Amino acid sequence: MYSAAVLLPLLGFAIAGLAMASSLPHATKERVAQYATTGCVMLAALFSLVIFHQVGVQGQTRTVELFTWIESGAFVANWALKFDALSATMLCVVTIVSSMVHLYSIGYMAEDKSIPRFMAYLSLFTFFMLMLVTADNFIQMFFGWEGVGLASYLLIGFWFEKDSANEASIKAFLVNRVGDFGFALGIFACFLLFGSVQFDQIFAAAPQFTEAKLEFLGKEFHALTLICLLLFVGACGKSAQLFLHTWLPDAMEGPTPVSALIHAATMVTAGVFMVCRLSPLFEYAPTALMVVTIVGASTALFAASVGLVQNDIKRVIAYSTCSQLGYMFFAAGVSAYSAAMFHLTTHAFFKALLFLSAGSVIHALHHEQDMRKMGGQVWTKIRVTYAMMWIGSLALAGMGIPGLNIGFAGFYSKDVIMEAAYGVHTAAGQYAFWLGLAAATMTAFYSWRLLFMSFHKAPDTDHHAVDHAHESPMVMLIPLFVLAFGALFSGMGLYYFFVGEGREAFWGTAIFTLHDGIEAAHHAPHWIPPLLIAVGLTGIGIAYGLYIRNPSKPKQIAKDFKGLYEFLLNKWYFDELYNALFVRPSFVIGRFLWKRGDGTVIDGMGPDAIAAGTLVVAKRAGKLQTGYVYHYAFAMLIGIVVLATWYILRTGR
Amino acid sequence: MTDWPILSLVAFLPLAGALFILLLNGTEEAVARNARWAALWTSLVVFVLSLPIWFGFDRSSAEFQFVEHHVWIPGYGIAYHVGVDGISAPFVLLSTFLTPLCIAASWHVEKRVREYMIAFLVLETFMVGTFIALDLVLFYVFFEAVLIPMFLIIGVWGGARRVYSAFKFFLYTLLGSVLMLIAMLAMYWQTETTNIVELFDYDFPRQMQMWLWLAFFASFAVKVPMWPVHTWLPDAHVEAPTAGSVILAGVLLKMGGYGMIRFSLPMFPEASDYFTPLVFALSIVAVIYTSLVALVQEDMKKLIAYSSVAHMGFVTLGLFAGNRQGVEGAMFQMIAHGVVSGALFLCVGVVYDRLHTREIKRYGGLVHRMPVYAAVFMVFTMGAVGLPGTAGFVGEILVLTGTYQASTWAAALAATGVILGAAYMLYLYRRVIFGKLVRDDLKDMLDLDWREKLIFAPLIVATLWLGIQPKPVLDMMGTTIQSVVDRYEATRGTHNHADAKAPTQAQVPVNTAPAEIAR
Repeated sequence: MYSAAVLLPLLGFAIAGLAMASSLPHATKERVAQYATTGCVMLAALFSLVIFHQVGVQGQTRTVELFTWIESGAFVANWALKFDALSATMLCVVTIVSSMVHLYSIGYMAEDKSIPRFMAYLSLFTFFMLMLVTADNFIQMFFGWEGVGLASYLLIGFWFEKDSANEASIKAFLVNRVGDFGFALGIFACFLLFGSVQFDQIFAAAPQFTEAKLEFLGKEFHALTLICLLLFVGACGKSAQLFLHTWLPDAMEGPTPVSALIHAATMVTAGVFMVCRLSPLFEYAPTALMVVTIVGASTALFAASVGLVQNDIKRVIAYSTCSQLGYMFFAAGVSAYSAAMFHLTTHAFFKALLFLSAGSVIHALHHEQDMRKMGGQVWTKIRVTYAMMWIGSLALAGMGIPGLNIGFAGFYSKDVIMEAAYGVHTAAGQYAFWLGLAAATMTAFYSWRLLFMSFHKAPDTDHHAVDHAHESPMVMLIPLFVLAFGALFSGMGLYYFFVGEGREAFWGTAIFTLHDGIEAAHHAPHWIPPLLIAVGLTGIGIAYGLYIRNPSKPKQIAKDFKGLYEFLLNKWYFDELYNALFVRPSFVIGRFLWKRGDGTVIDGMGPDAIAAGTLVVAKRAGKLQTGYVYHYAFAMLIGIVVLATWYILRTGR
Repeated sequence: MTDWPILSLVAFLPLAGALFILLLNGTEEAVARNARWAALWTSLVVFVLSLPIWFGFDRSSAEFQFVEHHVWIPGYGIAYHVGVDGISAPFVLLSTFLTPLCIAASWHVEKRVREYMIAFLVLETFMVGTFIALDLVLFYVFFEAVLIPMFLIIGVWGGARRVYSAFKFFLYTLLGSVLMLIAMLAMYWQTETTNIVELFDYDFPRQMQMWLWLAFFASFAVKVPMWPVHTWLPDAHVEAPTAGSVILAGVLLKMGGYGMIRFSLPMFPEASDYFTPLVFALSIVAVIYTSLVALVQEDMKKLIAYSSVAHMGFVTLGLFAGNRQGVEGAMFQMIAHGVVSGALFLCVGVVYDRLHTREIKRYGGLVHRMPVYAAVFMVFTMGAVGLPGTAGFVGEILVLTGTYQASTWAAALAATGVILGAAYMLYLYRRVIFGKLVRDDLKDMLDLDWREKLIFAPLIVATLWLGIQPKPVLDMMGTTIQSVVDRYEATRGTHNHADAKAPTQAQVPVNTAPAEIAR
């Protein structure tokens, strides 16, 4: 059962792939692919729940070793599945969201001409993600890490006739590769220091190496800090943190179920998961933790600020994802790893819900994604979707009643994170707290801006799409209900195990802390929860004022603060900067090296010159053949002299 | 089984096949048909005959196996001496694996079919001979002889600029060979033996090592090819027929790397150590420079040719890192690259056969008409990119792990090649396969036929198998490589105390702990 939970999606992929290659009628292929992949993933989800119970709740951790993968001296990496509280949690998150997305896709993609391919990719992704989270060594983690990158690439570029989709998919792969560059260097440094790539051995040895130094690029660094920072670069790439975030909004070119599964609930959280998995290393690298905190907090604010002004419904949610991931990172940065995992879990539910609801809206409006063209009381036509969107938004904004301690899922997880950031009493923690607070206001604002723009206000252009809106079929609505259930109750239900009294028994050895951030959170001031609700309500109030009460105001503001508006609308000009710094120079340099380097210099002075030179010499040599014997004799004499000289010099030494 | 002269059979059976084809007569058409089948069957039988090397190989021994020794020129101690160890055996298998695929891929060659097939079989003999030779003279003869059929394949069956390319190829490689020959003569004068096994144990004076190393390097660097002597490769590839490119990239380039690990490291360890910075520098330039150049190519074959140079940069880097992971990774990278880049050239061949152009601009949106081809191409693109789970990854990660221990600068710079590699491959794939199908002549393109599927199937299996379960191959190489590395490190340690790597490791306290943990 343990192996099956991980390998079933691969089976689903294989069946769908075989169906695609077979000569079955088109409709049959589609059915086979849909049923096989969805069935396999659902079964995996069922197994995962059992595993979660056995491993997490009952504490029976185990590792299933399959076979040796790479062995070269001390460099040994196995194919192995590690089940502890961390991986069991991820297993549940991934398989549950994935099975809901599979189901939803049957409806959402019904009119697409490549259904089997789509379902196969989804299952392939799920398999890679499960390999990532159950890895017991760096190399298998890297396998899953790059594998999900491949699946993401294939799915972003699923509609391959669209140029924008192709560009987005390549961009996603390449930016992730930049992150993986850091990840790989981190692995190498780890191997140099510990002589192993196995987590157990590394974690056991880590305490002995707290003072160790490592040379990197000619300078000497504190070894664990260096390793953790390099690995964190990888996490930044996958989890779209500041400087490596640019691919995530573009990834919205993929079909919406993909955005929900990969670019919201699961793959992008891999970076957070990695930091939590490596807590035994990060705990001994306080500088690295500080960097994690600052990068996370900065991303939370940055992404939220860009989300304020975007007009594409999916991009708003994408920036929101980026921002929420920032929260998770700074939670990990203040040693509240379990809070990070808690938020990861609740976020998976409500963000997948938001994306799939947005997909339902897009579906209803015939693939319209621009919120400016939505609205016009469309909510009366798709009431179920509308209600789901509200649940998702309330959970995202972390709404609840502090005194009674009941609320939506985000209420619990975001609270703990903010309290931990404040409670650890470090400069980085304070930085994270205040930025997080500002981001929380923005979160509430853009969420309700999205709600009001998509469902309520008068559309800017024609009403055609809105007039023909229709509610989605049940196969799409059921996943929404399941996810809404999670968005409503996962916070309440899991609080005890993840960050409450039962947390130590639950996490066991999966998470290691020197100074427990959760403990700090429980001693944080009592004004934090009410303050969070207050800033949330403020955000909602502003959105209401601007988009319902006074709909002409936003345009006015955009005009008055044109510079700031453009700056945010253009995402702080990161894409432009990177294009100018990296992309275009690569092509220019490449062309220069090809034409000038290879052409003019190497070939020009090498083979071509020799060829030309040979001709000249041959002509000269031809002239040398004069036919006079004494010429030849003279030449021979010179030769003998040279040889003799060389011989004497050599022996004389 | 070992009583059979397996290696000689594998090496010379292709010659017998070639002789048979030579004697064929009948109408031109009948000769062509029979020549194809005879060549295919010969190469298949050779492949089957080579399998005992895989199954019968003792993976726990670093010694040469399947050894045959017959005196050849008694007065000079020159012998027909062949055998394989963990370093050469994988290359023999790679050669016998790729040759039948190449012959099958050349089914539609119409010009001088008889001669074409003969050239390929003769080429196989020489390739296998190079890898099994345990005598300097024998090695040199095979090593140089390989050039002749390859030269002919490019020069006779090549594209428009075939003569220029063939000469460029010949000039470059010959120039290096001349220096190697001189070095070999010097070695013979010094040691009075041409037996490679005996030469391993001979301690050449330091000064002499330097010269010998440089002379051998001149030859091997051209073959690999290393920057800046790489410019023959793109030209040769562009003009060579598809199967010629497959063998060129798949096996011939590996002779350079093979030479370095067979001769340079074990025979001239001090010189190898001394020149390591030079090799690192050239390798890194190769990786970054040629990756950037690959990015802007307009010709598919040229792009893959440049990517070969970049990938081989990893190989030289790993070899001269001189540790277990580096050398083993380099070896594995060569095998993986042989399969993957060979397959990529076949992929180009598929569309070239249909449209007779390799210009990237002329393609686009092929996935609409050729979904199977698109899937196959994707597998090998990922193999080239080094995605974990494909053959390309194992070599790359081991090479970089090994290099990192030798020099963090080298590892960090070379690792940027992994990013660039993804860039040029995905960019190529996107331009050829994805997008809208606009051009009219592309609308009639047919997907892979059964012959092409049969050629690609073993390559796909090999790419994934080497990626998921590389252990049998790593085991085959491991023992030999460990002994090479041990000896290399021993000589390096005694002769060179100012080893640049030593301080790094010394700064790690409890340096023995990791080794113990690892066990």
